[in-house]
Amino acid sequence: MEATPKEQPKVQPKAPPEFFVSIGPHMRTEESTAKIMWTVNAALLPATLMSVYFFGLPAILVIIVSILAAVMAEAGMQKLLKKDVTVSDGSAFLTGLLIAMNVPANIPLYIPAVASVVAIAITKHLFGGLGYNVFNPALIGRAFILVSFAKPMTTYTQPVANIMAMDAKTMATPLSLLKEDGIAKLLEVYPNIYQDLLMGNRAGSLGETATIALLLGAVFLMIKRYITWHIPITFIATVGLLTWVFGGKSGLMTGDPLFHMMSGGLILGAFFMATDYVTGPSIRIAQVLFGVSCGALTVLIRLKGGYPEGVMFAILLMNCFAPLLDRGMRSRVFGKAAAKGVKK
Amino acid sequence: MLEKVLTIFIASALINNFVFSRYLGLCIFFGVTKKMETSIGMSFTFTAVMMIGAALSWFIYTYVMVPFHLGFLKIVIFIGVVAAFVQAADTIMKKVTPALYYKLGIYLALIVTNCIILAVPLINAEEHYSLFESMALALGSGLGFSLALIIMASIREKLDLADVPKSFQGLPISFVLTGLIALAFLGFSGMITL
Repeated sequence: MEATPKEQPKVQPKAPPEFFVSIGPHMRTEESTAKIMWTVNAALLPATLMSVYFFGLPAILVIIVSILAAVMAEAGMQKLLKKDVTVSDGSAFLTGLLIAMNVPANIPLYIPAVASVVAIAITKHLFGGLGYNVFNPALIGRAFILVSFAKPMTTYTQPVANIMAMDAKTMATPLSLLKEDGIAKLLEVYPNIYQDLLMGNRAGSLGETATIALLLGAVFLMIKRYITWHIPITFIATVGLLTWVFGGKSGLMTGDPLFHMMSGGLILGAFFMATDYVTGPSIRIAQVLFGVSCGALTVLIRLKGGYPEGVMFAILLMNCFAPLLDRGMRSRVFGKAAAKGVKK
Repeated sequence: MLEKVLTIFIASALINNFVFSRYLGLCIFFGVTKKMETSIGMSFTFTAVMMIGAALSWFIYTYVMVPFHLGFLKIVIFIGVVAAFVQAADTIMKKVTPALYYKLGIYLALIVTNCIILAVPLINAEEHYSLFESMALALGSGLGFSLALIIMASIREKLDLADVPKSFQGLPISFVLTGLIALAFLGFSGMITL
């Protein structure tokens, strides 16, 4: 029997006197912010250990300073804004760790500290704190220091696998070698390029090194279902496809997708930063579009832009578009006429 | 030729986006982006006015100002041309298509004094662009500005729900937001050098 609306009681049950509606998405779950954040931190552990293995003491110092600055900025801003101090939920810790993953090991220590403060104070708390930020805090922090301190941010050292690596030689990253000197020079400096990329024996930011350690963490997060395939896989696949088609010097379809997929911050960015719940879209189809666009922008910047690496800027640019994507892909509200205000 | 037109178009829409890399036209940008509806209306009107204004200025510059050596009066003449055109469009629209006027007319008054509308004819004159190139610059700038308006409106609508500190609500946080978007748009830098 069909229930018609008329049969329903006319008097609606009264709403409880006080109830709070938080910003969407609304889901009932046992998970808490703190649990998710600390799990993501744990997923970054293998990559962190690999970076310490390759870059030694300087890497440890960078990681400690970034995290401390982020946590202190979070506590300070929350005190100033008279909110509850929630540093124990791990989100500031994660931002600090991601910033450390995104800078070279031998950087002067005040630079990642500046990045952490910009990330937490400006990008996160001015916009209303956790859950409201428009941009990924760690990436804005990194973009800020990249344009402010361009030289130290692009001077990378050779991985030495020695704990006291205080006087490491400088060395160019695979991507900047490819961009400035071409493929021949790249193969001269890195004879076993694929193996180096996989194991992390290459110059780069702390978290750009060992692809395999990053993938380990990513698979863990996917098994826990904290991240889905929609953003990261489409992101990486798009980079692979486009670099294969356009990346080669000798015409179409001669590029090297494997190299581009494993180099730079792509794996780190795709799995740990583009998948941020707050700054990405929340509708599935919009997420796929988000991933594809991130990939396309990354390839555009890598092949045509002024910077050798485009993952950070691609994600930031798509962060700007995320609200628009969600808005455009919104499904029709049930029971409403399709005529007005709904695009098909 | 075609390649240069395309280059100018993409450069003016994305790489040298007027709002995010030249910081022009901010009064309209902050004024209409509170709601998506007004920013879409402004986008259409702005792009149309931009194209027609640039074309008019190009003809006047090439066939009047250059032959009579009036180049030093560029700023005054272009302001006059654009203002006269927009005012005329305003009056004609009101008489001929009142419906359209009530939808888009309110934006026209804002556009008269907009700096991008003046900047585009000035750049065209400075670079000695041909008619096609001028049109490409005008269309690119118009669409780039529309893109900026629509992104900004979508983010600001979301920000309305956010718990922004009291002293930053409204315009201040919008300025911070614009700065951060400009930081993201830096990724395009160095892509095309004109």
